[in-house]
Amino acid sequence: MDMTRENIINLVLALLLLVVPLAASQMGQPFTVTLATRIAVLALAATGLNIALGLGGLVSFGHAVFFGIGGYAAGILASHVFSGEPMAFGFEGSNQMALIWIFAVIACGLAGLAIGAISLRTSGVYFIMITLAFAQMVYYFAISWPAYGGEDGLSILVRNQFPGINTMVPLSFFLLCYGVLIVCIGLFALLRNSRFGTALQAARQNEVRVASVGISPYGIRLTAFAISAMMTGLAGALYADLNKFVSPSMLSWHMSGELIVLIILGGTGRLFGPVAGAMLYVIFEFALGGITERWQFFLGLILLGVVLFARGGLIGLLAGKARHG
Amino acid sequence: MILSLALEQLLNGLQLGVMLFLMAAGLTLIFGVMGLINLAHGSLYMVGAFACAVVAAATGSFWIGLAASLVCAAAAGAIVEFLVIRKLYDRDHLDQVLATFALILIFSEGARWVFGSFPLYLDIPPLLAGAVPLPGIEAYPLYRLAIIGVGALVAFGLYLLISKTRLGMRIRAGESDREMIAALGVDIRTLYTVVFALGSALAGLAGALVGALQSVQVGMGEPVLILAFVVIVIGGIGSIKGALVGALIVGLTDTLGRFLLPPLLGLVLPASTAGTVGASLAAMLIYIVMALVLAFRPRGLFPAKA
Repeated sequence: MDMTRENIINLVLALLLLVVPLAASQMGQPFTVTLATRIAVLALAATGLNIALGLGGLVSFGHAVFFGIGGYAAGILASHVFSGEPMAFGFEGSNQMALIWIFAVIACGLAGLAIGAISLRTSGVYFIMITLAFAQMVYYFAISWPAYGGEDGLSILVRNQFPGINTMVPLSFFLLCYGVLIVCIGLFALLRNSRFGTALQAARQNEVRVASVGISPYGIRLTAFAISAMMTGLAGALYADLNKFVSPSMLSWHMSGELIVLIILGGTGRLFGPVAGAMLYVIFEFALGGITERWQFFLGLILLGVVLFARGGLIGLLAGKARHG
Repeated sequence: MILSLALEQLLNGLQLGVMLFLMAAGLTLIFGVMGLINLAHGSLYMVGAFACAVVAAATGSFWIGLAASLVCAAAAGAIVEFLVIRKLYDRDHLDQVLATFALILIFSEGARWVFGSFPLYLDIPPLLAGAVPLPGIEAYPLYRLAIIGVGALVAFGLYLLISKTRLGMRIRAGESDREMIAALGVDIRTLYTVVFALGSALAGLAGALVGALQSVQVGMGEPVLILAFVVIVIGGIGSIKGALVGALIVGLTDTLGRFLLPPLLGLVLPASTAGTVGASLAAMLIYIVMALVLAFRPRGLFPAKA
């Protein structure tokens, strides 16, 4: 890997996100560690979306659905262990994160295939609105279905477990999330530079040419959409464990909007764009939220400024335009 | 008795459809002419409702409030168009989504700042209070009937405006070829502002009318906005006729689904299960209808020319 300016910035961001919570934990500030965990989990969710949106140019305005399904996978499996009531086929649920992640990823993969199969028949504005509508459909289902808390959401009374780690310790849980994030960013990089990733990006740039060399853009996009869904779903499972709570708000269209915002604040299609975006977002939320209850008003103004005047996001500002890969 | 209840639900569905049409007509017009996806349309609906509630409370007259809602929503729309939206026409849809998402945050938090989190209330005007008997129904609220009437009038008015007037001719020309109409000397920038203000006024009108049925509060525009999106996706984005048909489909499906599904499922399932399954299914029904329409007609029922 040659040391371009962007790579150096990526390295700095990765180290920053690791060192700050380590130092904060040493200084006895667990709240900072929790903020860093929030950054890592949101960055993971946005990295998932970045596969569809950044590489594939698929503006999904409904990725909260996968975030929420991942969250509910964690909440539902854990609730059955706690209540002692078995789920279907005598399965007792689980409070093991590894198993929960597998469930979350499979469920989101299937949901991604189903939603993608219909949505990808369309493009442009239709695609944006249809992904939004599907997410709303699941949102209303979660609200009206009483078995798992309905509108009130579902608490995870004890954070789920991971072998060899005490997940109740903030720093340990952070390191787990950070590890997952780095692995997934690695996967994103592998995907981007693979033959599949090249075809996906080519389909974004010129669909007709891709089709004319004998590659079906539909199949490539559907695969990418499903992978994207799985990664966002994994983040959802972690987010539920972070908050020890999952509710329909994880599925809401506001969440979908926020995930896009994270990517744009950081820089679309950039490897560490979601990390930079999540850092900015959580820091805004914390800093402005400390000053005024109305921080979303200022977030709106900042976002408007970024969209109108700084289109490359933070990484774009720092590292210049993306090189054509 | 059951028949009269069904007829009443039918009218409620019609009223919801008509209200959705007011929202969807503006959205689809703005998309058709300017190629812009405007998430902040729900905020203009909220502006209309707040303007009506505040002015009606100050003057004591719903009708002055209603006029104020049209003026305020159109003015807010024109200002937003001039300051922000204008810069987005030649951007991609992602930028439009984000910028208008940012506008929602600004409008919602701004409104909460000015009016607080408590809902305002708007009374139904005395002239339209009460209920009237209809064939098959003992008494139906006059106000809801009036909303249906207003919607029908607006639909007819829009039809006249677009097919019979010079402004409508320019709007149609803008839909089919933007560069050409600009080249022919029409001031396209003013036309865009006018169209945006017109769409905003319709959204504001819908907000004010619904404000008297529900409470007027921050965030009231968002659920309606998403329903309006479903409407124009079903109808075909850019088509006013599609918006009308889509709005009626969505309004009737949603209302009748909530009314009919639980008892229908009760025929095959135990009563308690049928209640919850029916309610959940009813909440999802319009999205299922949308998915079905798109599976067969990916560009909606009345696809506008690309």
